[in-house]
Amino acid sequence: TGDRSGRRPSKKRALRAEGAAGRRGAQPGQKERVRGSPGPGSPRRKQAERRRHREELGERGRSSAERTCSERRKDRRTSFKEQRAPSKKEKEVPRKEETWKRLKKHRSPSLASSASRRESLSEEELARILEQVEDKKKLIATMRNKPWPMAKKLTELREAQEFVEKYEGALGKGKGKRLYAYRMLMAKKWVKFKRDFDNFKTQCIPWEMKIKDIESHFGSSVASYFIFLRWMYGVNLVLFGLIFGLVIIPEGYIKYSALFYGYYNNQRTIGWLRYRLPMAYFMVGVSVFGYSLMIVIRSMASNTQGSASEGESTNFTFSFKMFTSWDYLIGNSETADNKYASITTSFKESIVDEQESNKEENIHLTRFLRVLANFLIICCLCGSGYLIYFVVKRSQEFSKMQNVSWYERNEVEIVMSLLGMFCPPLFETIAALENYHPRIGLKWQLGRIFALFLGNLYTFLLALMDDVHLKLSNEEKIKNITHWTLVNYYNSSGWNESVPRPPLHPADVPRGSCWETAVGIEFMRLTVSDMLVTYITILLGDFLRACFVRFMNYCWCWDLEAGFPSYAEFDISGNVLGLIFNQGMIWMGSFYAPGLVGINVLRLLTSMYFQCWAVMSSNVPHERVFKASRSNNFYMGLLLLVLFLSLLPVAYTIMSLPPSFDCGPFSGKNRMYDVIQETIENDFPTFLGKIFAFLANPGLIIPAILLMFLAIYYLNSVSKSLSRANAQLRKKIQALREVEKSHKSVKGRTTARDSEDTAKGNSKNATQLQLNKEGTTPHSAGQSQTTDPKAQAPGLSSSAIMVTLPASRHLPVSRPPGARPDSGHARPQTHPWRSASGKSAPSPPH
Amino acid sequence: MPEPSLRAGLHCGAGSRGGRQSGRGLPEASLNPSRFAFQDLTFLTKQEILLAHRRFCELLPQEHRSMEESLQIRVSLEQILSLPELKANPFKERICRVFSTSPARDSLSFEDFLDLLSVFSDTATPDIKSHYAFRIFDFDDDGTLNREDLSQLVNCLTGQGEDTRLSVSEMKQLIDNILEESDIDRDGTINLSEFQHVISRSPDFASSFKIVL
Repeated sequence: TGDRSGRRPSKKRALRAEGAAGRRGAQPGQKERVRGSPGPGSPRRKQAERRRHREELGERGRSSAERTCSERRKDRRTSFKEQRAPSKKEKEVPRKEETWKRLKKHRSPSLASSASRRESLSEEELARILEQVEDKKKLIATMRNKPWPMAKKLTELREAQEFVEKYEGALGKGKGKRLYAYRMLMAKKWVKFKRDFDNFKTQCIPWEMKIKDIESHFGSSVASYFIFLRWMYGVNLVLFGLIFGLVIIPEGYIKYSALFYGYYNNQRTIGWLRYRLPMAYFMVGVSVFGYSLMIVIRSMASNTQGSASEGESTNFTFSFKMFTSWDYLIGNSETADNKYASITTSFKESIVDEQESNKEENIHLTRFLRVLANFLIICCLCGSGYLIYFVVKRSQEFSKMQNVSWYERNEVEIVMSLLGMFCPPLFETIAALENYHPRIGLKWQLGRIFALFLGNLYTFLLALMDDVHLKLSNEEKIKNITHWTLVNYYNSSGWNESVPRPPLHPADVPRGSCWETAVGIEFMRLTVSDMLVTYITILLGDFLRACFVRFMNYCWCWDLEAGFPSYAEFDISGNVLGLIFNQGMIWMGSFYAPGLVGINVLRLLTSMYFQCWAVMSSNVPHERVFKASRSNNFYMGLLLLVLFLSLLPVAYTIMSLPPSFDCGPFSGKNRMYDVIQETIENDFPTFLGKIFAFLANPGLIIPAILLMFLAIYYLNSVSKSLSRANAQLRKKIQALREVEKSHKSVKGRTTARDSEDTAKGNSKNATQLQLNKEGTTPHSAGQSQTTDPKAQAPGLSSSAIMVTLPASRHLPVSRPPGARPDSGHARPQTHPWRSASGKSAPSPPH
Repeated sequence: MPEPSLRAGLHCGAGSRGGRQSGRGLPEASLNPSRFAFQDLTFLTKQEILLAHRRFCELLPQEHRSMEESLQIRVSLEQILSLPELKANPFKERICRVFSTSPARDSLSFEDFLDLLSVFSDTATPDIKSHYAFRIFDFDDDGTLNREDLSQLVNCLTGQGEDTRLSVSEMKQLIDNILEESDIDRDGTINLSEFQHVISRSPDFASSFKIVL
């Protein structure tokens, strides 16, 4: 940072300007001073600080002088007092203060005159002041980003605020002035309101303390699961509000059956508001998916914004391990010990990897084992899929029979939950064959569990779809029977034609099977049983195991805590996947069972408390600590995939299956989406209907889709070219680095030669030269190798590269430092100086 | 509704329900954060500032807990290190020294404490985080990370136990590799801009460089 080199002149200028009197000169100095920031921890920093302090005092003195002639007096005194309070702590001030007071005295009259001249500000002065005010405002807004101690930030802030307050009013003329002042006032109010609102928002976030506890015990990776759970809860709460407010409440009071599709009827409008329930039902179903998609994609996008370029991260494996592996949230010594151990292993591993990166003992055996493991796992997946299909088929048999037992009724759900419980550990056992690196092994494991869940869910859906088709074909018959029953009822003889007949009681008419409700019930069962199995697993697998280990340890042959059963670790990936698939079921089922979302809200609420308790009471921190930040977007990606996959079957049923003829809001229609057409035709003006018809025209839709494809293609190519440009810039940086290196080595060589030459005569001189060279090169290097590639691109011409290439070509000859006697001679000279300079002499600015 | 973001969760709890009460009921109204502009100068919310103040007061002896005094008085290093949030941290002493403004670098005022929490808060920018991380890792305060700093850093990361220590050759290898990766200008040390260059590419740094009260 070259600020300190610009420091002295700016200060001088400020002084001179003050001597010349007038605000005009003072402000540029002030501006410059504000921009600079001291380098961290450098020995010169204290001097700079002191100097700055002096300036601040001058500033303060000046501002207090100005204050005497300014109109605004409010809360000046308090701010002044506060401003001074921190500076009192440092006891080096008083003497300098006096000198500044003297200065201030002879300066104040001119200031007063300048203040009185304010009315006659010229245009350009106004523009300049406006600019400065904007600068100050920017400074105020970004003050928190400055790496300064609080006392300094406070004084800077006060000054900037005073400046802004003082000159803000001077801007604008006549009417514009008042408008400007008003706008400023509103902006201030808006900022304050926003801050209060933010405070309020953070206060509304629940379970902060719980998550913080977990964080300090288990590190941020386990906590990331709970943060995900909380986020999920929020999303479900919104979905529940949507469904509850727009569908369940309008229909009337809540009862058990309101949970399901079949409860709602097909009256077009309800009550005096003429609430269009079928339409609302449809739109809510659509918007549940719409909202979920939007929120998932939005949070994915905001997650990716934070992470920088992916490709380059591989270059820094060691540095990342070194600088970013500690998790500062850990506040528990046991976790800290685990962390120490895992960091040490990762250091050792990476050192060994570096030494022998491509060493494979028996590649054929490993390959064979891996193929075998994959084969076994595919067998497991197929087996579980077939089992589910078989069970669903069997349940259709059971549903035709009377008085089936409880087990037979719930067989599908039980089998699915058991599969979900036992397959993942089985996979883990099989994966032991493969002998992968744990990180890669984890990825495989996640992929396999994902495949298992997905396969199970889709087999279940297919079997269910079979069932639905069966019911639909039956429905035709029932529909005919119902029709004839009603016709017979109304046409039967012996009834007075003038009196309308009372409607037939629904129970007397043969009813259809209402497949939508049946599907909803299946999903409801699945969700509930999934919840129960999860809780039971936690109770048995974690809590009872922990109790057993804890209390039986006193009277057991071996050490239970360290030995075989030990305590359970919190299975992050499994839990996240469970949560994601549960959400997938909710999304799929919510169209057929609107109450499902409510159930899910309850489920998430209870699991938040239950799992928090279970983790804190019966789990131990991970041996290997995983990184959390990457996984956030990984979870979100899985969630998006599951959302898309659960959208498919729902869209299919809406678009291509006829709804049941006698139940639900869409009864009597050919397809569910007909409700839109109906609403448009009946409730909107005709021209809107025409517009919609026009929009639905394939002639318009196909071009729209084409346009979308074109846009995707365009954006894709843009991103490709951008990444190419990125790669090129990176190459340029590397080339620049080569330049630096070659420069250095060339210089080092010349100085070494020089020193060799002069060493015979005067060795002192040589060291002097060496010092100069060494002193200058790091500075230039620090200047040119800034991290921002854009800043360098223009500066680096192609000729620079051309120049470097020959230089770097004969570089290897000169470079090895220890090899040549002359450079070997030069090195030892530099080092003592370096180490000494760190303490005594001011080191070159970095 | 909770903030719909995975990262949202790490602000500390609201002041009123934040747990431990200090001995004497603090006049919370008198520590109006806007009066001291702490909210403008830090990344903390009002509740977090109030909570920080309460925790800070707990470290003070009973008779110094009044509003005015608590803002002036300094707390010694040992007391700060006894905070459970810092207890297990291998860099706790460095952290305190970096944020201390006293001449001997051995005590923290409330303002220093707030600075510390602000830098380690969830909303602080990666730039300021990496800046302070550099100063924390710069054990001899000379403005660059040299070999001694790096080996000290490795020792901090591998803990105090004998079994987790790296051997001398391993240490040398490790530091050589790190310098090979990060020392762009090849002067044998890592300076601030080189450090920030590396850190800005790390996906995990901002999420793990956090301390929440």
